[in-house]
Amino acid sequence: MSSVAVFSKASPFDALQRWLPKLVLAPSMLIVLVGFYGYIFWTFLLSFTNSSFMPSYQWVGLQQYARLMANDRWWVASKNLAVFGGMFIVISLVIGVFLAILLDQRIRKEGFIRTIYLYPMALSMIVTGTAWKWLLNPGLGLDKMLRDWGWEGFRFDWLLDQDRVVYCLVIAAVWQASGFVMAMFLAGLRGVDQSIIRAAQVDGASLPTIYLRIVLPSLRPVFFSAFMILAHIAIKSFDLVSAMTAGGPGYSSDLPAMFMYSFTFSRGQMGIGSASAIMMLGAILAILVPYLYSELRNKRHD
Amino acid sequence: MINTQRFTFSRVAIYATLILAAAVYLVPLVVMLLTSFKTPEDIRTGNLLSWPQVIDGIGWIKAWDTVGGYFWNSVKITVPAVLISTFIGAMNGYVLSMWRFRGSQLFFGLLLFGCFLPFQTVLLPASFTIGKLGLANTTTGLVLVHVVYGLAFTTLFFRNYYVSIPDALVKAARLDGAGFFTIFGRILLPMSVPIVMVCLIWQFTQIWNDFLFGVVFASGDAQPITVALNNLVNTSTGAKEYNVDMAAAMIAGLPTLLVYIFAGKYFLRGLTSGAVKG
Amino acid sequence: MATLELRNVNKSYGKGLPDTLKNIELKIDDGEFLILVGPSGCGKSTLMNCIAGLESISGGAILVDDADISGMSPKDRDIAMVFQSYALYPTMSVRDNIAFGLKIRKMSAAAIEEEVARVSKLLQIEHLLSRKPGQLSGGQQQRVAMGRALARRPKIYLFDEPLSNLDAKLRVEMRTEMKLMHQRLKTTTVYVTHDQIEAMTLGDKVAVMKDGIIQQFGTPKQIYNDPANLFVASFIGSPPMNFIPLRLQRREGRLLALLDSGQARCELPLGMQDAGLEDRDVIVGIRAEQIVLAPAEANGLPVIRAEVQVIEPTGPDTLVFVTLNGIKVCCRMAPDDAPAVGQSLNLQFDPAKVLLFDANTGERLGAMSSPQAQGRADNVAQFKGR
Repeated sequence: MSSVAVFSKASPFDALQRWLPKLVLAPSMLIVLVGFYGYIFWTFLLSFTNSSFMPSYQWVGLQQYARLMANDRWWVASKNLAVFGGMFIVISLVIGVFLAILLDQRIRKEGFIRTIYLYPMALSMIVTGTAWKWLLNPGLGLDKMLRDWGWEGFRFDWLLDQDRVVYCLVIAAVWQASGFVMAMFLAGLRGVDQSIIRAAQVDGASLPTIYLRIVLPSLRPVFFSAFMILAHIAIKSFDLVSAMTAGGPGYSSDLPAMFMYSFTFSRGQMGIGSASAIMMLGAILAILVPYLYSELRNKRHD
Repeated sequence: MINTQRFTFSRVAIYATLILAAAVYLVPLVVMLLTSFKTPEDIRTGNLLSWPQVIDGIGWIKAWDTVGGYFWNSVKITVPAVLISTFIGAMNGYVLSMWRFRGSQLFFGLLLFGCFLPFQTVLLPASFTIGKLGLANTTTGLVLVHVVYGLAFTTLFFRNYYVSIPDALVKAARLDGAGFFTIFGRILLPMSVPIVMVCLIWQFTQIWNDFLFGVVFASGDAQPITVALNNLVNTSTGAKEYNVDMAAAMIAGLPTLLVYIFAGKYFLRGLTSGAVKG
Repeated sequence: MATLELRNVNKSYGKGLPDTLKNIELKIDDGEFLILVGPSGCGKSTLMNCIAGLESISGGAILVDDADISGMSPKDRDIAMVFQSYALYPTMSVRDNIAFGLKIRKMSAAAIEEEVARVSKLLQIEHLLSRKPGQLSGGQQQRVAMGRALARRPKIYLFDEPLSNLDAKLRVEMRTEMKLMHQRLKTTTVYVTHDQIEAMTLGDKVAVMKDGIIQQFGTPKQIYNDPANLFVASFIGSPPMNFIPLRLQRREGRLLALLDSGQARCELPLGMQDAGLEDRDVIVGIRAEQIVLAPAEANGLPVIRAEVQVIEPTGPDTLVFVTLNGIKVCCRMAPDDAPAVGQSLNLQFDPAKVLLFDANTGERLGAMSSPQAQGRADNVAQFKGR
């Protein structure tokens, strides 16, 4: 690593050169400090005020948080996040890993197939939501198609069912993101040391055993990365809910992101909206910090 | 990759599964296309995968009427935002990898952390600021927002790319007499084509597909097509015209889909390099 | 071409961190070839970066032609550098690579063409001018890197392990070429390497470094025959010098080293007679070529009989390993003279060439009554107060 050399009373051009890297980075540094961390702090502050339509700076302590905790819709949203997030992550991982393993078997036209699995990631979640909203349309969508094909009396109205609407969200989200998990794991599988696999084959292990007991455990970092990204997507899934269900029926498919938007911008309840945003941040930190901590610790041991 | 023979039962089963999965992935797209070319009558009588009785473009025409204007908004937002954020990311990446100074590593750490933050935590203050700047409900305001919040990723891309370039190259150039910008322009930039492609495509996809920022900062005349689409499919007045809905969704989704089809490998690289850091 | 002097140069990366470079003092004349040699981490590359201006120094001064350049930016120092990885600009052709520095200095196009032609002829890379670095072999890239440096006609050339990335055979060829080129062009050069053979063969002056300190500065001959301490003695020379730790005996006023091969014993009288040496733990150093097969007739030099443990025929000579005082000792002899493993042979020593080191500090002990001592005296002065 080279640091900038000592400059004498030489030309002003030299002095400029020395400061140039700092100057170039300065605007971004400013943006990050203000736009990221400054704003987070501002939101944090607002969550302790009684802001409603307009921001006010009257301190009300933890009142907004109390209101949040007492708000049924927030609980429904949080529960939905847990259910949606959990199912989404697990199912995406399973499908993604499964497809990756299949694709790892020296398939012809592998690139082509991979492209098909991955294309949903290129779409906006609004488009995904719109498409699946139509696909799962009670009466005209999947159920009608299956009835037309012969399955009499098949009904699929989960979109209208308060208890089952979250599963619809899961289906759409898994469709979008599982290809990405597949791509990550395929890349990971390709990086596995072949000699370990050959040793296992010589030892007499069957293919599924090799994958389950040897290969997948060695891909723990990929699992972590995939988990982090899927969790990130889940927490941000505002677009999907908006398009597919708008939080409905009622607010049974609400998610925290939607709650925050709704209360802050539509309902003019900035205080409680800010509190909900901070809660979301807390959820992310709760996952991120232990992960980073374990990463750093591993690095030190290496 | 593990060696297996050609036409054993397991091979056939594998191919069958893969093809079935591919079909599942493709069905929504196929359905969207089919539905967009049907008439509302046809939709009611047919089903998802039935071929249109008459291929009618009425859905597309109506869709374009409704959301077409907003398509251009998206263009006005996306193109500048992509170019500006890529440029700034490149310069930042250059400084962070080749001209490190005290505090630059800390900054990078802060930036990295910022990649993870949920945007909900900054929406409100950001909207105040945009309002004060007089940029509320304008495409310019949205461009600004996208540039600011895209910085983290673009800087990350370039920094990781440049870090793998040996700094002996920069040292040689400095000895040859080249200054800060000359080194960037004459030496690093020509070498940066792959990462510039990745960044452009990644940013294009992210920004074109964005909904959150659109709906918060620019609902109204300046809204991007994603917001327009959402409004369209959520209207509760009048009879639902699914052909229009689907056509509108296709219009909204085609640009990024086409980019993906033609430049998919860069897209993938962007995903995995961002993921590696995750 | 120019003289280069480093006065008391120090470098540290921050408070609390140990100094990377400590009190570096060097002086080379116009046209001389200086080698900085030492193990990884000794600071030689850092020193080179400081001379180039790529890193700043924390104290002291760097003088070129007696002018202090310590504050100047790299581009003003008129120094060219060849990097270990060659650092060729990958998107430019060979011609553009060589011309780059000249273009920045706003030379006319015609002058640039001339320089490129001159340099490419010198290095025999004329046929490569339109190619890109990715299309060149390692040896060709190395020449282009040298061409880039030569075209600038700087005052001082710096080479940072330029041969390390070449395969062994090519390395030897290029070594000779570099020597030839230096003889022709008489350029003032500083050359960093970790290979002590390169150090010995290429340098006019050699500075052996360890842990940021110059252990010894002198001609290759001085370094080889008259090492200032244990480290220098062990680092330079292949096979490495034999080291036998023991306690000296003083008999009848003479200092003796007692050697025991298991079969026989002998007393090795030492040239130095300083008082008190027998009270210290010392290490006796003898180079492999200084232990020879004893001739048939006795000639007064100490002889010992020992059993051969291992032989290593290298082609031009054979290395014979015996055990003395429990230590494996290497002797060099002609292939025809070497016996088989298990056989015993008579070995003879030349006490005048035997070196003595302090076992704890590694410092060289005792004054030598030889011309080499002169070079040593200068080096020892550098060590006072360390």
